[in-house]
Amino acid sequence: MKYVDEFRDPRVVRDLVEAIGRVPAPRVRLMEVCGTHTMSIARYGLRELICERADLISGPGCPVCVTPQGEIDWFLEAARLPGVVAATFGDMMRVPGSYSSLEQERARGADVRVVYSPADAVELARKNPDRQVIFFGIGFETTAPAVAMSVLEAQRAGAANYSVLCAHKLIPPALRALVEAPDLAVQGFILPGHVSAIIGSRPYEFLAREHGVPCVIAGFEPVDVLQAVHMLLLQVAEGRSAVEIAYGRAVSPDGNPKARAIVSEVFDVADARWRGLGEIPASGLAFNAAHAAFDARRRFEVTPPPAVEPRGCRCGEVLRGLIAPEQCGLFAQRCTPRAPVGPCMVSSEGACAARYRYGSPGGRA
Amino acid sequence: MNQDLILLSHGAGGQLMSELIDAMFVSGFDNPILRAREDSGVIELAGERLALTTDSFVVTPVVFPGGDIGKLAACGTINDLAAVGAQPAALAASFILEEGLEQSLLRCCVQSLRAAAEEAGVWVVTGDTKVVPKGSADKLFITTSGIGLVPHNLTISASAARPGDAVLINGGIGEHGMAVLCAREGIDLQLDIGSDCAPLNGLVRALIDAGCDIHCLRDPTRGGVAAALNEIAQQSRVCIELREESLPVAPAVRTACELLGLEPLQVANEGKMLVILPEEQVEAALAAMRAAPYGAGAAVIGRVVQGPPGRVQLKMTVGPTRIVDRPVGEPMPRIC
Repeated sequence: MKYVDEFRDPRVVRDLVEAIGRVPAPRVRLMEVCGTHTMSIARYGLRELICERADLISGPGCPVCVTPQGEIDWFLEAARLPGVVAATFGDMMRVPGSYSSLEQERARGADVRVVYSPADAVELARKNPDRQVIFFGIGFETTAPAVAMSVLEAQRAGAANYSVLCAHKLIPPALRALVEAPDLAVQGFILPGHVSAIIGSRPYEFLAREHGVPCVIAGFEPVDVLQAVHMLLLQVAEGRSAVEIAYGRAVSPDGNPKARAIVSEVFDVADARWRGLGEIPASGLAFNAAHAAFDARRRFEVTPPPAVEPRGCRCGEVLRGLIAPEQCGLFAQRCTPRAPVGPCMVSSEGACAARYRYGSPGGRA
Repeated sequence: MNQDLILLSHGAGGQLMSELIDAMFVSGFDNPILRAREDSGVIELAGERLALTTDSFVVTPVVFPGGDIGKLAACGTINDLAAVGAQPAALAASFILEEGLEQSLLRCCVQSLRAAAEEAGVWVVTGDTKVVPKGSADKLFITTSGIGLVPHNLTISASAARPGDAVLINGGIGEHGMAVLCAREGIDLQLDIGSDCAPLNGLVRALIDAGCDIHCLRDPTRGGVAAALNEIAQQSRVCIELREESLPVAPAVRTACELLGLEPLQVANEGKMLVILPEEQVEAALAAMRAAPYGAGAAVIGRVVQGPPGRVQLKMTVGPTRIVDRPVGEPMPRIC
């Protein structure tokens, strides 16, 4: 398969691992902030390949994991309203809210539909004019353009029965919160390829300039990730810090201005709550005045019961890279993909689920 | 969380389903034959070993690239018989029809059920028909049951895998699941993926006739190769290691899985048989399978190794080894 096989070539992987081994830098701790990186690193066992040179940890890069309990509870409550079709990406189906999940609500009779894109949700709204279709808009800069597009399409098509629960988050402000926290100890960031395809490399420059942290934007195949690790180690060895791109086939410094224009046509930047990180200024999106009619929060009077964070769950610390999944007392004991306690276990991209699913043989009994 | 509700995930062939089956049915109907957890129950009757199995089919859409629910209903039961080494002797078929179903569609499905049964050399000798009000079923549900005779010298069982055995499969994995998923969700990936749905009694007969000492057979349906091998690893208390570069996955299936964030190993098959037998018989088994119907793509995909019992692992092309888990519930595409 083109664009896949050459980036999984075992010879190239071996050469890169050797090159990483030759860089005269101390062993470093690197954080990736993208669920797809988490999955790829776990799936291909990359942590094990380079464990002598770098410790790879997962930051707040999984959109499902950083969505706070309150937003999930709101959507669950809305899904129960009569006449409502709750449309969602498949990832959210099994995510536990405080008291239930979408999968459970569907079993109780709620009309919950898994869609592959927000455009499908608009289509649902057009086909069911007597029902209210609410789409759960989660994700980072990557999914926001498609959701904004769906709002514009609903507006154009007169689908007034379409609305979105906007829970979108922005990556650079979360990274700022991470590096400004006193407890973070990472020597470099592997930055998300898909997000960067939209926003480009410039919004990350403060990380290198103000905080002296080396950054490399990476793709998702084994060769991509290892190349990023190599480039990060070189920066460390040379005492430099810059934002470099190891994913040139998709990312340019300027990103995709068209996609960003669509997002700002519909949404404003707003403060947002992140699970594990709390409230971060200007780290989310909210409907602007011109499109407020599509804001599900304004359209529906929903008051979910107070959110309950699962007891003993240390997903917050996992998301900040303070502990590894297996350092949580619930990991693989009370918390498994079968019966997840926290969001990092339920999302297939979550750090805990990836560690549990792919382990490294010997790691999990 | 209310743990009492049946969720769709309880029917998806993954961990939730096997927990439900254990807690509800195996303990509810508690008996030694059911406890063996084979694809067919094998009972002693009048000096013969009789295999009995039953399977219900509820696929959406009813017609999909490469088959329909009728063909599936025949093949599923024939393959469950074949998985204990039995040649099918007769089938029964029950139909639950939704009010408003077109008879022309039903006729097509009956014809394909018959064609697949005839290919396997059996008749549908009895059946049942029910019609339910619109909305109580989705077009049509079919339940088939089958009986067959197990040759006396065979002891094929999911608990019979031993270190030193090889793991074989008769062709590309994940084809049925991706064909149905793409047809159901209307995902037009411009990829040509058809279901592999096929009766495999001829393939199994060829292995038996070649004198292979088959330890385990299993048709990796829902939950895919991952679920089937995890069951074998658990029941046999062995470790199974697959080699990534040996896994036969058609390029179109691979592309579709990459796009949707799914694992081919966890995607359903309806015309594949996992075969586990001693390493020294691999050449004979491959030759027999490749000469048999639906066996042209036969390949060795892994081995039973010394390792933690109950574990399935994958030796990856890029070097490391990772765990191959069963899916939890329904396959859900990822978003980003």
